[in-house]
Amino acid sequence: MTPLLEIRNLHATIDEQKILSGVDLTIYEGEVHAVMGPNASGKSTLAHILAGREGYEVTADLVTFQGADLLTMRPEDRARAGIFLAFQYPIEISGITISYFLKAALNAIRKHHGLEELDAIDFLTLIKDKMQFLEMDQNFLNRPVNEGFSGGEKKRHEILQMAVLEPTLAVLDETDSGLDIDALKVVANGINALRRKDRAMLLITHYQRLLSYIVPDYVHVLLGGRIVKSGGKELALTVEEKGYAWLEKEVQGTAPGQPIEGQSE
Amino acid sequence: MTRELIEGTKFYHQEFVRLEREVAEAEPAWIHRIRQAAFSRFSTIGFPTPYDEEWRHTDVAPLTRIPFQPATSKPQTLLKEDLVEATFDQLAGSQLVFLNGRFSRELSEIRPLPNGVIAGSLADILATSPEKIEFHLTRYADYEAHAFIALNTAFVQDGAFIYIPQDTAIEEPLHLVFASTAEDMAFITFPRNLIVLGENSRSTIIESYIGIQNGVYFTNAVTEIVLGKEARINHCAFQRESPKAFHLMTLAVHQDCGSRSSSTSVMLGGALARSEVHAVLKAEAIDCSFSGLYLAAGRQHIDIQTMVDHAKPGSTSRQLYKGILNGHASGVFKGRILVRENAQKTDAAQTNQNLLLSENAVVNTTPQLEIFADDVTCKHGTAVGHLDAEALFYLRSRGLGEEAARNLLVYGFASEIIDRLTIEPLRLRLSELLPQWISGDNLPWRLRDHAR
Repeated sequence: MTPLLEIRNLHATIDEQKILSGVDLTIYEGEVHAVMGPNASGKSTLAHILAGREGYEVTADLVTFQGADLLTMRPEDRARAGIFLAFQYPIEISGITISYFLKAALNAIRKHHGLEELDAIDFLTLIKDKMQFLEMDQNFLNRPVNEGFSGGEKKRHEILQMAVLEPTLAVLDETDSGLDIDALKVVANGINALRRKDRAMLLITHYQRLLSYIVPDYVHVLLGGRIVKSGGKELALTVEEKGYAWLEKEVQGTAPGQPIEGQSE
Repeated sequence: MTRELIEGTKFYHQEFVRLEREVAEAEPAWIHRIRQAAFSRFSTIGFPTPYDEEWRHTDVAPLTRIPFQPATSKPQTLLKEDLVEATFDQLAGSQLVFLNGRFSRELSEIRPLPNGVIAGSLADILATSPEKIEFHLTRYADYEAHAFIALNTAFVQDGAFIYIPQDTAIEEPLHLVFASTAEDMAFITFPRNLIVLGENSRSTIIESYIGIQNGVYFTNAVTEIVLGKEARINHCAFQRESPKAFHLMTLAVHQDCGSRSSSTSVMLGGALARSEVHAVLKAEAIDCSFSGLYLAAGRQHIDIQTMVDHAKPGSTSRQLYKGILNGHASGVFKGRILVRENAQKTDAAQTNQNLLLSENAVVNTTPQLEIFADDVTCKHGTAVGHLDAEALFYLRSRGLGEEAARNLLVYGFASEIIDRLTIEPLRLRLSELLPQWISGDNLPWRLRDHAR
């Protein structure tokens, strides 16, 4: 079976500062992977590079999505192909309502797949159910994108977008940050409901907390720009218990000549 | 420079002498006196130069070098559809059309209006019942210190006269269209509008200044709005002159106690365009709100000047102007708020925001608050920025193409003004025009052959 996402030896530099130094990661359809790491380990950079953010100098032996070379694709092409990045800090766009924005995005993706564009009524029907599930008020649709939203509203809005755009690979960048426990549960329920056999997820997180609600199939620890340890869901608990320092020591012990440094993102 | 300016005004002298010969006999003595006083004032002050503080960032030298001729009154074959195309879908209310500065009965449409309402051509009123305008005409747009108001006043001939008697409301918007075609010679027009709303009356009025073809001309317009007690006006200005045109317009607003004015302008045409708003609040409990969206691309120059003079206590003024500049365009915003010593409890706010879509576009923005009262609320804010790269990435990461993402952000920036346009056809047209304009299509309407 072809992997959905395959990353081999990914390096990334920004402003002459090395952020990723040889990431390998393979994700198949239906799998949920978690990438954990301390601050400045490069995990958000990895998420943004997958979505196509400019400004990084990126090299790799291979980065493919559904077999196609991902790095040559524009951000919009990646989105249309099925990659979705839930932002850690969603951007405020004044003057544009959520309903206008989401309809434009959905139709851009539908058009790419040769599907008919939805009109306002069809769109409203589609989005109503999804909003209900995420415990979002309908007035939400008429608010400007992320403007004046609370942290919880912003994250719920990201998950709503994911529910509407139905990606094949969802990359969730620190979706748990800034959420209280109630908001976290709502968001996690939303994400769990979107788990499907033909959809993979990549959860980027600092803490194990999110992973109690969204249980991953695989956990990877990113340190100093490399994945230094991979395992099952129990790895998250070990990290939670022992902290990242434990792995830093272990890595330094096993891989001399590959100093692990704190990197700033 | 001086020689050039003298050369530049010489032509207006010749024209004024000719006009005097033509109209002196027929017109009332009072208007004749004003005409002469205004021209004499123009002769004294001459055209402004960049040394004049008010004109520091707008050089009118190119305009003074062109010997503009008065527009000829040769028959035109302009169609109503041309007007719709250059403006927006026809409104339900009356429409007064002025072709190259003169009233066109054929293109106009006067629908039934409430008793006592007058909506017609200033030239007609001057000829038939000048006493109806004598009190107000030229009283509010001060020509003493302003060369172009002086010039307009000296050459006043036509424009719209709207009068709404007290306690009268007109629901349907009145549309004043000033259409300019292309002629063999560069020409000048002096639209002069007087809008008088009696006590407790209400009205919506739009002024559209449009170029039907790619003509070189100069629109030198002045509109005076007079609001009686508790009167309310919703005013819009839509400026889409030819890309080779010069457009200078002054809106002078005079309000009585408890009256409310709201004026929103949309400006996207002309090679050089300047729009001035002068509001003198000489009574209490006045509410006025001025807003505008200005778009400039290529080598266009656009200049917005506002002056809100709080002369009495307890009035509120709001200003919100947004500019979008592309290419090598340049923009100017100067917003003045004057709160005089006894104008306590004044509440004044002004915001100017500019979005630069290219590296070569520039804008000069100057808020100027002069506050002589001590119990007032005054706020102002200015901003100049580019499209937010983070926001662009956010939108593209959702599947929107780069162009669509840019359009959406620009639309979002402009929407605060667009949403203020209560006239639906104008709002819709602007929503269509904006993306066309961003993509560099500065002349989206077809230049019709038959309009020649």
